[in-house]
Amino acid sequence: MTRDDLARTLRGAYTVWYRDVLSLVRDKARLGSSLFMSVIFLVGIGFGLGGVIGKVGATSGVGAGTAGVPYVQFVFPAMLVMTALFAAMQSTLSIVWDREFGFMRKILVAPISRTSVALGKVAGGVTVATIQVAIMMLAMPLIGFGFHPLTYLWMLLLVILFSAVMTALGILIAARQKSTQAFQMINMFVMMPITLLTLGSFLPSFGKGVLATVFKAVSQINPASYAVDALRQISLGSRLPLAMSIHSAIIDSLILLVLFVVFAAPGVLLFNKQD
Amino acid sequence: MPTIEVRDLTRRFGEATAVDAVSFDVAPGEIFGFLGPNGAGKSTTINMLCTLLKPTSGTGSINGFDIADQQDDVRRSIGLIFQDPTLDERLTGWQNLQFHGLLYNVPQKVFERRATELLDMVELTEKVHRGVKTFSGGMKRRLEIVMGLLHHPKVLFLDEPTIGLDPQTRLRIWEYVTKVRDAEGLTVFLTTHYMDEAEVCDRIGIIDQGRIVACDSPDALKTGVGGDIVTLKTADDAAALAALTSGGFNAKSTGAGLELETERGDEAIPHLVRLLDAADDCRVKSASVQRPTLDDVFVRLTGREIREQEASDLDAMRSMHAHHGGGR
Repeated sequence: MTRDDLARTLRGAYTVWYRDVLSLVRDKARLGSSLFMSVIFLVGIGFGLGGVIGKVGATSGVGAGTAGVPYVQFVFPAMLVMTALFAAMQSTLSIVWDREFGFMRKILVAPISRTSVALGKVAGGVTVATIQVAIMMLAMPLIGFGFHPLTYLWMLLLVILFSAVMTALGILIAARQKSTQAFQMINMFVMMPITLLTLGSFLPSFGKGVLATVFKAVSQINPASYAVDALRQISLGSRLPLAMSIHSAIIDSLILLVLFVVFAAPGVLLFNKQD
Repeated sequence: MPTIEVRDLTRRFGEATAVDAVSFDVAPGEIFGFLGPNGAGKSTTINMLCTLLKPTSGTGSINGFDIADQQDDVRRSIGLIFQDPTLDERLTGWQNLQFHGLLYNVPQKVFERRATELLDMVELTEKVHRGVKTFSGGMKRRLEIVMGLLHHPKVLFLDEPTIGLDPQTRLRIWEYVTKVRDAEGLTVFLTTHYMDEAEVCDRIGIIDQGRIVACDSPDALKTGVGGDIVTLKTADDAAALAALTSGGFNAKSTGAGLELETERGDEAIPHLVRLLDAADDCRVKSASVQRPTLDDVFVRLTGREIREQEASDLDAMRSMHAHHGGGR
């Protein structure tokens, strides 16, 4: 690829990205409903369920020695991941919508490469997800996280990485889907389990028994569980009971990076395939 | 050199052959139309020419660029107006245009001049800053025309451009297209199943079941079907019939008047009137000429009619579809 090609690919990607972001900014209903969902999460689960659960890690044997973490703080990283997950899903759904309503044809007959389109879509999904998460993070000082700009920056970088993984996965699924119905079918089999598994990380413990073991094992293949794990460690630091983290944040990030490549590479290739 | 050159272009989907060894040329500045029923292979052909679909075999070139090997150059040379809207409903008209300008890398200065000029032509200047959501079907189509022409394409493709639009809007859209053709030497390729739309074309390819069954100017196609039908009403039809027969015309009585087939009906009428005036009691009360329509041409060539009913059902589905799309 020459320098010229690269410049053209990036310009094309920028164009696709620009439209996605512009659309989001103008789509007040979508922004509003995503904020509403965040508030429901925070109040309903964070404080509601938090009132029942109390502190996480203080009384259980594994967390002995630490003061424990308020449930709302424990669950907040999972809420951020959930928000990013939904935003990324929405963005990839827009590819199929665009195709169904002819808009994608317009992009595909324009003199920009398919790679540009795929990259622009990933960038668009990431931006939209990150903006929504960033808005949610404004609540962090209010729920006792204090104000640590560097921590917040790390968290945002992780959210960017995670939403890139999910958007890439979405594009891989959407690349060859002709109809919204077909996409939603496949989406159900991929996104529903991921959503449910991510909901699992709202709980401080799965308890014991066969089911818990199965759930834990399955969580290993859920990209979101690595994002939650890393975000928890970054946001709570040493206050997080040791036994409640799976890997170090670095390992989590590396796994996410690998997943991104695993999803993005075939996604872009499939997108480039012409009928 | 023709602007569009197509040789034995073929596309199969599995067992079915959608486009079957189609060949034709379109000269610079020509308006060329594909006329045929739904499923005849019109859209498949357009999709191949626009680089959206790979040909199974055969070749095509646009503006001198090969549709398989020089896709980027082909894409830069063409503008498209599809049957389905390609607007982002969440953006304003102007933002849609800006997006288009970015896609085609139109320099900002050129963009502003061209967009202003085209918006002026389609009379959308005042409304372009509103959300596309609020646009009527006709306004959307006019905005699409602006987009199709924004990057100074050599060829404009129109895939059923006026489907679901009212006759007045259809007429206006054709005014715009022919205006730009005359001013800039634009070559136009369109598909349609509307006969009146096909009349605008310089040449028509009639396509049925993936094959071109005839390709000529609308007038030549109609002449090929047969002559004009001249209908006469006279003071005494029986006497007039006798006079015409002895005058060498092969006329017949339809009960409501006399009918005869002749090559140029408009030129035949003065002769007929003079002939009948010379005879007794056969004064001509009225005369009319009916040229064969493209409908007649299609029926003659394929043995079937282009079923308008089927088409309008599809239109209705389409507009419902578009309506749902507006709510996303």
